[in-house]
Amino acid sequence: MKNTLYLIISFCLLLTACKKDKHNSSQTINGAGASFPFPVYSRWAYDYHQKTGVKINYQSVGSGAGIAQIKKKTVDFGASDKPLKQAELEKSGLIQFPTVMGGVVPVINVSGIKAGELKLDSTILANIFMGKIKFWDDQEIAKINPELSLPHQEINVVRRSDGSGTTWIFTNYLSKVSSAWKEKVGNGKAVKWPVGIGGKGNEGVAANVKKIEGAVGYVEYAYALQAKLNYIQLRNQDGNYVKPEVVSFQAAAANAKWSEAPGFYMVLTNQPGAKSWPITGATFILLYQKQSNPEVAKNILNFFNWTYTNGDEAALKLHYVPMPDSVVKLIRKKWKTIEDLKGNKIWN
Amino acid sequence: MKKRSPLTRLVIDKIIKSLSIIAAIAGILILLIIIKDIFFKGINAIGFDFFTNNMRPPGVAGGGVKNAIYGTLMITLVSTLIGVPVGMMAGVYLSEYGRNTRFGKIIRFSLNIMMGIPSIIIGIFFFSIMIIPLGHGSGYVGAFALSVIMIPIITKTTEEMLKLTPDSLRESALALGIPKWKMIISILFRSSKSGLLTGILLAVARVSGETAPLIFTARYSQYWPDDLNRETANLTMTIYNYAGQPFDSMVETAWGAALLVMGAVLLLTIISRFIVSHGN
Amino acid sequence: MNRRLEKHRIFDNVFKYITIFCALLILVIVLAISIELFLNSLPAIKEFGFSFLWSTDWNPVKEKFGAASSIYGTLVATFIAIIIAVPFSLVIALFLTEIAHPSIATPVGYAIELLAAIPSIIYGMWGVFILAPFMAEHIIPPLQSLFFFLPIFQGKVIGGQGIFTAGVVLAVMILPYLTSIMRDVFNMVSPQLKESAYGVGTTTWEVTRDILIPQGISGIIGGVFLSLGRAIGETMAVTFIIGNSHRFSFEIFREGNTISSTLANEFAEGADNPLFFGVLMELGLILFAITVIMQLLSHFWLKRYGVKT
Repeated sequence: MKNTLYLIISFCLLLTACKKDKHNSSQTINGAGASFPFPVYSRWAYDYHQKTGVKINYQSVGSGAGIAQIKKKTVDFGASDKPLKQAELEKSGLIQFPTVMGGVVPVINVSGIKAGELKLDSTILANIFMGKIKFWDDQEIAKINPELSLPHQEINVVRRSDGSGTTWIFTNYLSKVSSAWKEKVGNGKAVKWPVGIGGKGNEGVAANVKKIEGAVGYVEYAYALQAKLNYIQLRNQDGNYVKPEVVSFQAAAANAKWSEAPGFYMVLTNQPGAKSWPITGATFILLYQKQSNPEVAKNILNFFNWTYTNGDEAALKLHYVPMPDSVVKLIRKKWKTIEDLKGNKIWN
Repeated sequence: MKKRSPLTRLVIDKIIKSLSIIAAIAGILILLIIIKDIFFKGINAIGFDFFTNNMRPPGVAGGGVKNAIYGTLMITLVSTLIGVPVGMMAGVYLSEYGRNTRFGKIIRFSLNIMMGIPSIIIGIFFFSIMIIPLGHGSGYVGAFALSVIMIPIITKTTEEMLKLTPDSLRESALALGIPKWKMIISILFRSSKSGLLTGILLAVARVSGETAPLIFTARYSQYWPDDLNRETANLTMTIYNYAGQPFDSMVETAWGAALLVMGAVLLLTIISRFIVSHGN
Repeated sequence: MNRRLEKHRIFDNVFKYITIFCALLILVIVLAISIELFLNSLPAIKEFGFSFLWSTDWNPVKEKFGAASSIYGTLVATFIAIIIAVPFSLVIALFLTEIAHPSIATPVGYAIELLAAIPSIIYGMWGVFILAPFMAEHIIPPLQSLFFFLPIFQGKVIGGQGIFTAGVVLAVMILPYLTSIMRDVFNMVSPQLKESAYGVGTTTWEVTRDILIPQGISGIIGGVFLSLGRAIGETMAVTFIIGNSHRFSFEIFREGNTISSTLANEFAEGADNPLFFGVLMELGLILFAITVIMQLLSHFWLKRYGVKT
């Protein structure tokens, strides 16, 4: 008995000894927010850590939590798919910049329908999520999909249970294309959903759609591909049915005038263009303009600088659209406005 | 009393008896089914990499949970180092100094309340009073939250074990001139050793499987926990974060971690049972 | 000699004060938690008042919140758990105390108790990946068609996730606690009562029905409240399978939420919005209050019967 006690104590001491080898607290940067870019951020962070030893730790907790946490200062940077307006940024002392763009994709789990086969338009999509269209073989859906044999299967809506920038982008689109949606539900990170079960994070929705027959949900494109979910074709403003893919996201972003957007506030939903994907969005990082810890700020900026120059390949592989060079120039210019408490610039 | 024929009574009795046996079998069956399900889902993840590699992002092969294992061990260790002494001393108070005092009654009342506090409430409490002022997550704060779960378990066990020791032991020790504190530590503790150890092991088993207190405190990290004062990797939060992922590799890791946690907790519970029955 | 006694006296006092301090810490922690919950809830209490308790709103955009769907989900899931677990634990306890030979009863009892050792997140994983699909395919449809006349059984089921499945998982989780307490209760009934009953030819079931249960009713009630308290606060097992919807509906097979699942899902977002933070803290306060009441009720009944928890 005594011997076992000594063994336990020495084991504990050994563990504590292991802990003390590298005190690198200044090098672990913590960010939290959108689950939209979680795959690309964790990939970038891993590669960056391999290269420089600096640890960027990202918590996928949803845009709502990301905004709340950075405002409450319990993380080093926040991440959100919903861009904050300039007035709100100024009020909180935050600056914001986009990192990547991607598409929000409605995904389905309907027997007999494969990826990219089902066509939907904006009215039908809004009605499905409002619970007005209840079966997959509904007249409206069948009308535009004459070549498909649609089963008489109940539509099971899956949406987000947490406050989400992905939801914000999706409901922004629905509010633009459906006045009924705009009035009844509106545009927000979290809304009063008329129907459906909630999944936590993009991952929760993807997992639920995968499991539940007749399900329809909305996720960031990388999640749709990784989970091997069936995406749809959506009718864009120009009247064309487009598939979600990097080229259609790029088409939507092509005409965006970033230089005229204060605080980089840009919403890419329902953009014109023959090939444009209607539910495109950028995702943003939120940082304080006045940094109390300049070393942390420098590390964050170094990291994202590295991702702009070296991360394009990883981003494209995961089906995100990198920011165009012209925008990166503007972003770096914006970084020059970040200062420490004494007024010294952190980035030059 | 209803008049029933002896045969009816016998038949009813036999039916109930059969139902009892079926229910008992069902109970054991559910346990075995859960263990079997977790085992088969998690066993694919278990391998050399699982224990020797840190986490890797989706798309990069060979990820493991080495950092999370270490993080859970460290957080559990810290919470034990806080919870055990506090719990034992409080138990000693209730048994040796406060058996019939009014203060003792108030403490016992509070103890019962503390036992029932949902672990998520403890988590949001510590988030509110420590994480917000700190400005970052913390493994230490997570350990504090876990110790709040441990303390009532250990206090109760200690009080009960000490109460079971006969007063003759106390009186003879004091009669020999041994100071009270020494009597408690050297004699009472030693005589209830196995019971006390069981309580400790059960409390450790309980907190090592806890998730809710860590969600807002220790949070999640994909890196090696070299600083407990920041977000700290741990097994239960890994399961929580990875379970819902659409990436197959992450779901597999979650199941592997679930199997590991379940196995460790069950093992600790069985060991503590063993100690009781073979009393040291 | 005197110096040695003096040293002992000082050590004794120091030791005593350490124990008092630790005991006091327990009271302090409980008070601190209650006060912190209350203080943080004030913005919500001021805004909504008592109507918060029965309001079914949950509109983050318009900042209108109500606890009704959370309270309903919490109570119903727990109620379902109790309805399923109590009969089971009764007959299992009967098996362990009156029917089985001790050499069988001991290992079977151990096995049932192991159910309590399984961490709740494991129950959550098992619930959402294995139980929910099973319920959706094999249990809920027959129940819905059998009881088609019951309005609370209606409603579209999505993937088996909902209040009922959560209740089933909770039932498995509280089974060991209920069984253990019932077992203690049955064992404490005076052997003479049992022996004399058996002596005049009463069957086992009749002894249970007419002696064990009435004699042990306080203990049984206490055990039920204790398990209620445990089930009500359960988070991880429930969050994965409850469906996370604030849409209030009486239908128990549909998605819903409990106070604890709402906290797990949405607490991180309340950090900078005093009203939302207050709403979530108020939910926590309500949960805390309910569990305190359950603890007190259980303690009262168990003490009355003399069972040690």
